[in-house]
Amino acid sequence: MNDFDVVVVGAGPAGSAAALELARAGRSVCLLERGPFPGSKNMYGGVVYGRILDTLIPNWWEEAPVQRWVTRRQTMLMTGEQALTVDFRTESWGRPPYNGATAYRPDFDSWLAQKAVDAGAVLVTSTTATGLLRDGNKVIGVRTDRPDGDLTASVVIACDGVNSFLAKEAGLYPPSDPANYTVGVKETIALPRHVIDERFAVRGDHGVDIEIIGCTGDIPGGGFIYTNTDTVAVGLVLSLPALAKGSQRPEELLAALKNHPAVAPLIEGGEVKEYSAHVIPEAGFDMMPELIGDGILVAGDAAAMCLAAGIWLEGVNFAIGSGAAAGRAAARAVQRGNTSAEGLEGYRSRIESSFVMADHRRLRDAPHLVMGELAQRQLPALACGIAERVFTVENPDPKPGLRKILRAELRRNGVRWRDAAREGLRALRTFG
Amino acid sequence: MPKTDPYPELSFETRMGSVEFRIHEKAHIVVDDQICDDCTTRGCVTACPANLFVPTAAGGILFNYEQCFECGTCYLVCNEEGAITWNYPEGGHGVVFHQV
Repeated sequence: MNDFDVVVVGAGPAGSAAALELARAGRSVCLLERGPFPGSKNMYGGVVYGRILDTLIPNWWEEAPVQRWVTRRQTMLMTGEQALTVDFRTESWGRPPYNGATAYRPDFDSWLAQKAVDAGAVLVTSTTATGLLRDGNKVIGVRTDRPDGDLTASVVIACDGVNSFLAKEAGLYPPSDPANYTVGVKETIALPRHVIDERFAVRGDHGVDIEIIGCTGDIPGGGFIYTNTDTVAVGLVLSLPALAKGSQRPEELLAALKNHPAVAPLIEGGEVKEYSAHVIPEAGFDMMPELIGDGILVAGDAAAMCLAAGIWLEGVNFAIGSGAAAGRAAARAVQRGNTSAEGLEGYRSRIESSFVMADHRRLRDAPHLVMGELAQRQLPALACGIAERVFTVENPDPKPGLRKILRAELRRNGVRWRDAAREGLRALRTFG
Repeated sequence: MPKTDPYPELSFETRMGSVEFRIHEKAHIVVDDQICDDCTTRGCVTACPANLFVPTAAGGILFNYEQCFECGTCYLVCNEEGAITWNYPEGGHGVVFHQV
């Protein structure tokens, strides 16, 4: 007799969604969390896209612990002293069913875990899963660091985050390649609510999300700024192999971003409340492990389901989508009495027929494109250079034609037409 | 107008002082500095966001696990087999985020 039908490891959005679906299906489920409370180990780049919750928690927006609803979204191309920003805002994102929300992960993840508990899941915090229990090749539970802490189950769902030692132990991952990973660093900076409203030109519970490219020196990556109710988060995402080469440390690059003329006035006078760091499975589809083994499923960041596709930066929604699918598939497999890899195949069909795999498959080249030389170094300089020439009035000289400006800036930034055209086509194929 | 730096950079101690760590007496990461002695790349030194890997005058690496974000950067960038033994801390210990 097993201790539980299913053990879910990790009470992040993937694990809690899985546990919620299992409990609702009438299965006994243990939701293990190594932190003292759900979300205490989790950190992200700031925006939850909540529509995936529509099917799980009707009217979730009335109760989810949201900081601000993102009604203003900017993409900023930056050089040392220039910035060119695409600034979009819409009031429709500020009313139900909303679009993106900023939230503190300890609040959000605890709220979602509580939903699973309310449905009947058993949440066990402050407990680390230290390894898998196996019978031959079949996973039959997890070992924990509690005395007598073995937990047996028909299925283990590994939602244990980007490092997923459980998926690795199950042999579902090839050896890690650092090129697939980035590290995110972030400061949460306190400012009075009315000051944030004024500086970011929003009101009430509306907020802003800014994504930045060109702010990471020699290291491929990007930056972000977003508003909470009375804090502003400023952070960077940095490619691991380049960071390891050692030209600059993460906090030095972050200090440079905070001192950039386009950023400094937004956060001036704020007090740093919390510094944080977390690794991101940047390469998405191309680094995904085997998602199904005998008695085990992998979901969320543990399955590299973070979508780092330049103009789209998402993860919590993919975690919830994959976790819920894993929970449903596991419930069905337990009910049928077949929790082998074959019996758990329903997980694959569920995520293949949803945005989880559709978006990742379609955008599989996007992380590479965004981290490439052209997008990282040449595009910001080119775009800012063109804008500066177009808007600089050089009287008594007459205005140069746009074609002349483009030609001059391509040359100045060492971009060949051929490369620009090729990367442009690649971008069209990827995003089109 | 004289250019002033609006953000005198935080000292690293102040930065890390903003983070809660519930330190367990047992180290969850163990670094074999004998292996590090021969390492020429030392990606961990610049990449670790908590700056926990410090080169020593003697040519080794000094490591302290106490203010670790448990992010995984160090073992991912490490080229030296067996240099870093990486585990999560005992349940309930290690970093505790609040406003992230």
